[in-house]
Amino acid sequence: MPEPSQNFSLTLHVNGTEHRVAVDARTTLLDALRDRLHLTGTKKGCALGQCGACTVLLDGRRVVSCLMLAVMAEGRQVTTIEGLAQGDDLHPVQAAFVEHDAFQCGYCTPGQIMSAVGAIREGRAGSDDEIREQMSGNLCRCGAYTNIVAAVRDAASREG
Amino acid sequence: MHPFTYAPVADAAGAAARALAGAQFIAGGTDMLQLLQENLVQPQELADLNGLGLAGITEEQDGALRLGALTRLQKAADDPLLRERCAVAAEALAASASPMVRHMATLGGNLLQRTRCLYFRDVSTPCNKRQPGSGCSALEGENRHNAILGGSEHCIAVQPSDLPVALVALDAEVLIQGAGGAERWVPVEGFHRLPGDTPEIETVMQPGDIILAIRIPAHATRWRSHYVKARDRASFAWALCSAAVALRLDEEGRVAELRVAAGGVATKPWRLMRVEQELLGHRLDRDRVRLAAVWASEGAVTRPGNAYKAPLLQHTVERAILELGGLA
Repeated sequence: MPEPSQNFSLTLHVNGTEHRVAVDARTTLLDALRDRLHLTGTKKGCALGQCGACTVLLDGRRVVSCLMLAVMAEGRQVTTIEGLAQGDDLHPVQAAFVEHDAFQCGYCTPGQIMSAVGAIREGRAGSDDEIREQMSGNLCRCGAYTNIVAAVRDAASREG
Repeated sequence: MHPFTYAPVADAAGAAARALAGAQFIAGGTDMLQLLQENLVQPQELADLNGLGLAGITEEQDGALRLGALTRLQKAADDPLLRERCAVAAEALAASASPMVRHMATLGGNLLQRTRCLYFRDVSTPCNKRQPGSGCSALEGENRHNAILGGSEHCIAVQPSDLPVALVALDAEVLIQGAGGAERWVPVEGFHRLPGDTPEIETVMQPGDIILAIRIPAHATRWRSHYVKARDRASFAWALCSAAVALRLDEEGRVAELRVAAGGVATKPWRLMRVEQELLGHRLDRDRVRLAAVWASEGAVTRPGNAYKAPLLQHTVERAILELGGLA
């Protein structure tokens, strides 16, 4: 086992690409994504796991990247909002958010979309009630919830 | 966040050695990162337990369920065995935190989650739990979320986790490995400590101890059980009050075994033995359950902000038993 260290040179697997990145032990996955890899689609809201703006997929499961040390993400597959679209073709959940006007200011939107992608993939978007429950970790200060539920329902029915 | 060093550990003995040298453990990280971000803890070193291979839920030969300490909350909530045989635990887990946090947080860490008392989480205010001897700001302050049971003149902070409340109802035990390698079982009911005059000591865990697993005994897997959680919003909120009930009826429909525990209202998961005694040997009916549930708040010490919790506790316990008994 390695000796405890304060500085690390990591390999992070993000959106199918390997990145070498030097971080302090304190660096969260969120800060590594934004400040080192310049993938600023993932947003920093509360930094305490309470708002969901920083939601990414880790090995296909939704996590809040603010509550994870970057050093603990080594060897895992990270998917961010930048990894969803295929070129100019939006991911179905992204397209549904546009179609249903499921945002206002847009700050929470990447987290909402990543959480919705995870929920649909987990098979937990079967009804409006289930969508509300499953999206409860993603806050929207603009209050776009009604359209968010509609977008997730629409995307889930198309994918399911 | 203050600087610290980090390293994964390969085995429990190695982890204990790091802890005795001053390291704190990190597993799911969901509470630790919050504690670090708000400067509530300042470890010199974090020892990562995720390599210890302690995840998974298995059935033991006698029918007991063994829940590995590193099992993620969502994994446990979805586990077919747990859902079928220990519904109260699966329901408590499904009602915990958010989906993202449930994918990260571990069962062992959930038992050790620190209080959400506003003053504990705010380093600018006195708090006996965070800084022994500094005073308790909640006693005369904003105490809407604080405890009405099990408090002391030094602390009325609530242990906030849902799972241990369900585990008390299920008569579960925690398997702890000590720094010397010896294993010991501790009932979940005796795992957390009352604050008394040492609120900074929250559990029976000793330096270098590691939680290996939780065990739900075979007899409890045959009980029917249920969890009810009252909160400010429908999802992703701490319990203002919760009730966990596990029950076995005899052939005549009388209560043969019953365990009732409450969360959100006490400084530790709170067993309601008087409520149990009132119902043992009787058939469940609405009046008897309502009158028994009144005993739930026996001994409560309320303050202006949290006095509402006494009737809320009675009604939450009543509702949980009625729903479990098919009387709701």
